[in-house]
Amino acid sequence: MTCDIVLAGVGGQGVLSITAIIAGAAMADGLKVRQSEVHGMAQRGGAVSAHLRISDSPIRGDLIPSGGADMILSMEPVESLRYLSFLKPEGVIVTAAESYVNIPDYPDLDPIVEAIGRLSRSRVVAAAELARKAGSSRAVNMVIVGAASSFIPVGRASIEESIARLFGAKDAGLVETNLKAFAAGRAAGAEGR
Amino acid sequence: MESDDVVLLADEAIALGAVHAGLGAAYGYPGTPSTEILEYLIRLYEAGKGPRAAWCANEKTAYEEALGASFAGRRVLVTMKHVGLNVAADPFVNSALVAIKGGLVLAVADDPGMHSSQDEQDSRYYAEFAMIPCLEPTDQTEAYEMAREAFDLSERFQVPVMIRITTRLAHSRAGVRTRLPRAGNSMEKSTDKAGWTLLPANARRRYERLCGIQAELEAWSTSSRWNAAEPSAAPRKADFAVVTGGLGRNYYEENLADFAESIGAEKLPPRLHVGAYPLPAAKLRELAAANRRILVIEEGAPLIEKALRGILPSGIEISGKLDGRLPRTGELNPDNVRAALGLAPRSSARLDAPPLPNRPPQLCQGCPHADSYAAVAKAVEGLPLSAIFADIGCYALGALPPFGLPEALVCMGASIGMAVGAAEAGYENVVGFIGDSTFLHSGVTPLIDAVSRNAPVTIVILDNSIVAMTGGQPTILPSSRLEEIVKGIGVDPAHVATIDASRAAAEKNVAIFRREIAHRGVSVVIARRECLEAIKAKKKKGAAARVAAEEACAPEEGE
Repeated sequence: MTCDIVLAGVGGQGVLSITAIIAGAAMADGLKVRQSEVHGMAQRGGAVSAHLRISDSPIRGDLIPSGGADMILSMEPVESLRYLSFLKPEGVIVTAAESYVNIPDYPDLDPIVEAIGRLSRSRVVAAAELARKAGSSRAVNMVIVGAASSFIPVGRASIEESIARLFGAKDAGLVETNLKAFAAGRAAGAEGR
Repeated sequence: MESDDVVLLADEAIALGAVHAGLGAAYGYPGTPSTEILEYLIRLYEAGKGPRAAWCANEKTAYEEALGASFAGRRVLVTMKHVGLNVAADPFVNSALVAIKGGLVLAVADDPGMHSSQDEQDSRYYAEFAMIPCLEPTDQTEAYEMAREAFDLSERFQVPVMIRITTRLAHSRAGVRTRLPRAGNSMEKSTDKAGWTLLPANARRRYERLCGIQAELEAWSTSSRWNAAEPSAAPRKADFAVVTGGLGRNYYEENLADFAESIGAEKLPPRLHVGAYPLPAAKLRELAAANRRILVIEEGAPLIEKALRGILPSGIEISGKLDGRLPRTGELNPDNVRAALGLAPRSSARLDAPPLPNRPPQLCQGCPHADSYAAVAKAVEGLPLSAIFADIGCYALGALPPFGLPEALVCMGASIGMAVGAAEAGYENVVGFIGDSTFLHSGVTPLIDAVSRNAPVTIVILDNSIVAMTGGQPTILPSSRLEEIVKGIGVDPAHVATIDASRAAAEKNVAIFRREIAHRGVSVVIARRECLEAIKAKKKKGAAARVAAEEACAPEEGE
């Protein structure tokens, strides 16, 4: 079993923390993981991506080949399409619905979302709204993790523990909010499956 | 079943391997993708759990401090990025001639594809040039193991040893199997003056010695477990063989199942992976003896490929980056290695979507550098023959829209040297931008040149109190000393100004820049405001410290 995920977003959106949560959960489930990150100049407000490879057997390299990804998990609709060539024909896109506009030529969002919708297995999740309802607009990333979670061969309990580990050091209320955001995302991601 | 102990970036795996090899000290200068090696060690040091680990003014001083530690018998690690080794080249090359005592290991991180660099030079050439061994890992556990072995090798052969790593592995995390640590060396008084004093008479003897051990190094490399030959399933039937280097191995293996299916598993070529240098020439000759064609898949420059053209008989076809089978520039990846094996591309998902805009990196919203650029742009408006130079750091992004101000950007410190040269060549209104850390790294010496001839340049030191681009390491000296340093060199105090790099002070700043650019001599403007990332990091650290303090006070709870 292997599951290759390309994570996409804009520098500063928290792509690395999402990667860390899923990777931590996969390892708790006894799976092997390789997690390639982007550091340095590219992090400053530019398009960023990370490759996360999960497998029950040894993993050859740090990069996912073109046409090799089972999922593109994106913090932002435009960024979800930037790495499309990495996605398997039957792969899935999960993305937050909200745009991140920090460039002058940001395109009209409707045709973008429409295009994503044409991919039979795609989920455009109103992450900001769900996060707010869960109690904190800062829990957007956990909604995204939740939306992706039912497509990833990692146990729900393991992901929840991974989230609790990340926020537990800060405070218990934060853990609860983020778990709620995760659950809302999971429900949204599973809709219509 | 084997188990992975700890999850680490390959950079961190090198650091932990060094610690478990009995590390006595570590020095370096931040640079992507090498930074996380020393960051890991500094965290250990600050927690009282590791030996001294410190950022240095630049890579050269870091390397020299490492040499001192080796002289004293300690095991020492020095870290930098590939272009940093250019700065440290003087002590590095000469260090191959001294009688290394405590193991000295140089961990250098190359950046093929230039994710965050100005070139993609291959550090293996430096190892070859200095005639020292080099190890190159392909996964995180190898990074750990090679770091451990490198110290033993360094002491066994009395030469420094290089570990070369590249971006994709440096910044990839995976489980690492660790072993029991070895104790560190104790400090010892050096008794080998002739081995460390490179006067010509000694240096000649030492150079002869270095040349003399090359055969031994090659024998070691030939028998090294890192240079593993993999025979073909059907020996002598394959008409070609594969040699992999660095991450080329991973991408080859990624495609192996499809390759076997395409040509038949029984026809898979024999393969030699090179993970240790000098090149295992005997093994390469053996591989070539049975094959007419060799495909070389190596990350970086075609070093193995070129060497094979010298090692092997001319009847054998060598294929790789020099005949266009693989791209000469940029990184290897699973796709270009797949094409080199003659496999059709995998099919990808397809969508009819509108074209996507580029999203290049940019200065953060509210970044102090943006205010400095805006003020200088206004100050030079309409001035004849102006030239603007920039340097290495976040502010390099000022070369992109919306500023597009710098006209040249080459290497650490070049903004000042180039400004001086351009001014003396006839430019009239010359400005050089340099960050506080870059100034202390390589800017002081060219400023001395400028002062010595009172060159008509204005140097803007962008003082954000931190090394921002590489993730917020502290500048080596407090910002408050910058003005004293500049004045100490001899810049006329009347032409040294410290300004507040903020929008509120814009008008005042433009006037100061206009005045100093008009001055026909050296002027220095220190544009000061703390990096926003640094402020964020401080807040986070403060919050974490508060939580830690609360936890320390809270009564213990049972599980």
